[in-house]
Amino acid sequence: MTAALLFAQVEKVATPKLDWAATAPLLILCGAALLLLLISSLTTSRPARGTYAVITVLASAFAIGTAGVLWARVTDAERGAFTTAAGALTVDGFSVFFIVVISLGIALSALLADDYLRRENLDGPELYVLMLLSGAGGIVMAMANDLIVVFLGLETLSIALYVMAGFNRRRAESRESAMKYFVLGAFSSAFLLYGIAFIYGATGSTNLGDIAGFLNANTLEHTGLLLGGFALLLVGFGFKASAVPFHVWTPDVYQGAPTPVTAFMASASKAAAFAALLRVFVSTFAEYRLDWQPLIWGIAVLTLVVGSVLAIVQTDVKRMMAYSSISHAGFILVGVQAATAQGVSAALFYVLSYTFMIVGTFGVATLVSGKGDEHHGLEAYRGLSRRRPGLALTFTVFLLAQAGVPLTSGFLAKFYVIGAAVDAHSYALALIAMLSSVVSAFLYLRIVVAMYMTDEEGAEPGPRVRVPLGAGVALGLAVAFTVVVGILPQQVVHWADRAIPVVLASGR
Amino acid sequence: MLLNQFLLLGAVLFCIGVYGVLARKNGVLVLMSIELILNSVNINLVAFGMMGGDAAAITGQVFALFVITVAAAEVGVGLAIVLLIYRNRTTVDLDEVDLMKG
Repeated sequence: MTAALLFAQVEKVATPKLDWAATAPLLILCGAALLLLLISSLTTSRPARGTYAVITVLASAFAIGTAGVLWARVTDAERGAFTTAAGALTVDGFSVFFIVVISLGIALSALLADDYLRRENLDGPELYVLMLLSGAGGIVMAMANDLIVVFLGLETLSIALYVMAGFNRRRAESRESAMKYFVLGAFSSAFLLYGIAFIYGATGSTNLGDIAGFLNANTLEHTGLLLGGFALLLVGFGFKASAVPFHVWTPDVYQGAPTPVTAFMASASKAAAFAALLRVFVSTFAEYRLDWQPLIWGIAVLTLVVGSVLAIVQTDVKRMMAYSSISHAGFILVGVQAATAQGVSAALFYVLSYTFMIVGTFGVATLVSGKGDEHHGLEAYRGLSRRRPGLALTFTVFLLAQAGVPLTSGFLAKFYVIGAAVDAHSYALALIAMLSSVVSAFLYLRIVVAMYMTDEEGAEPGPRVRVPLGAGVALGLAVAFTVVVGILPQQVVHWADRAIPVVLASGR
Repeated sequence: MLLNQFLLLGAVLFCIGVYGVLARKNGVLVLMSIELILNSVNINLVAFGMMGGDAAAITGQVFALFVITVAAAEVGVGLAIVLLIYRNRTTVDLDEVDLMKG
């Protein structure tokens, strides 16, 4: 009788409509993660080499494929963007763009992880499962149309990443980086939550569309609560995007974490942070642009300067790249600060080309570091051009792209964000960005010089470097993208232009 | 006014939590301080929800439930990491976890 009563009540609950096609990329990634766990628990013998990595890459490819179908749907003039799951998720060009970026991050990092895990005797499905789930969290963040969902996505992304950072638990550095990342990450998401509570208190809603509608329709008498909320939200997003002054974890965690995980952290996790930042600030809080723009201006300047200057004094290549990824975050913030459609599209272009550059860079670091993941000093790269000419050339392409040399995607990315800043009349910021780009060029050239111009006689030869198939494919793809988009950027620019985030009220 | 008392309680808890994270060296106590901050958020959410209409109240309370759930998951992972450090170094003092610097 009680059961009948329960069922009678259940019928009254209106379940929200879920658009399965729109959530397909998410479901594919989560489904693949569960499939990997199932396979590993049901099979007694070890599956063929690389099975787990292949499943992960296929899942990401499928996710990108379904995203392509969605893209046709949301960019169709008649149908356009829409929300699903009771206004919790937005499906627009922006969401689809980030589904592609994050899935690419998963696929490329999984290709790097394949050989790494075997080399370190850690082979198993766990890292791939965490990677897929963490990426799904990042996609939720990019699609979120509600601050609750932003928070859930962020935590799914982060909790999996804490474990991934400490994955190589026999290495003391890996354990230490997990500890540091966890403490600071939990601390910053607590700040983010406090900020969300403030925004909720000031506007009476957590739905981004409703918040934007409220802010457009009403003039707040006391803006203290709202502005406090902005500042606290910026702490949370700034931490994930490793913007100064919330960057202190970045060098330690990037250095200590297993290198393929670092690649994932620098690509997918950073992309997700910028996705949430763009949707929440640029689109939702557009009405209060004049209040938050100065904050982002300050953070962007600090990030650009600290990232490029501190990178120079490092001797560990992974640490150098950590600081250089901080300065890249500064460049993306230059696009965010412009708060125009042009700025957003420039930031999106930057995120996509940066994903390939940084995964490639850490991919080379994975290979050069050798067994034990310990050769990360500059001396490990001495004379690499003689031992491995192809690898040295690949690395040079990534470094030049990061420095912003023409004919690479990195140059155009920097060009577009600075152009957006100039068009938004942020001349000082554009100038600082250009100067910091010059300063950081020194750092990249230092590594190139070590690879090409060091006389190997007298010095002991560095560790032997071999290039396994999976990592070779990942590096090849990254180089191809960096060079081809550097010469023919039109298509990618066209995509970025049509991926401006829209904020829809929950009613639609 | 009723709302301010709750917000004040939330702010005090938040400050105690932040102080705890910054001043404590013991990993477990840092975790507990983070929990304090999350609980201050919950108080704020429920208080703000009470102030608005029915729909807003549900949002605040549901959000608080989500926060509690996520906090549990986070502490699960956090304690595992603290345990990993403890097994290797027989200490949970965060100041001694300092292999990487610069």
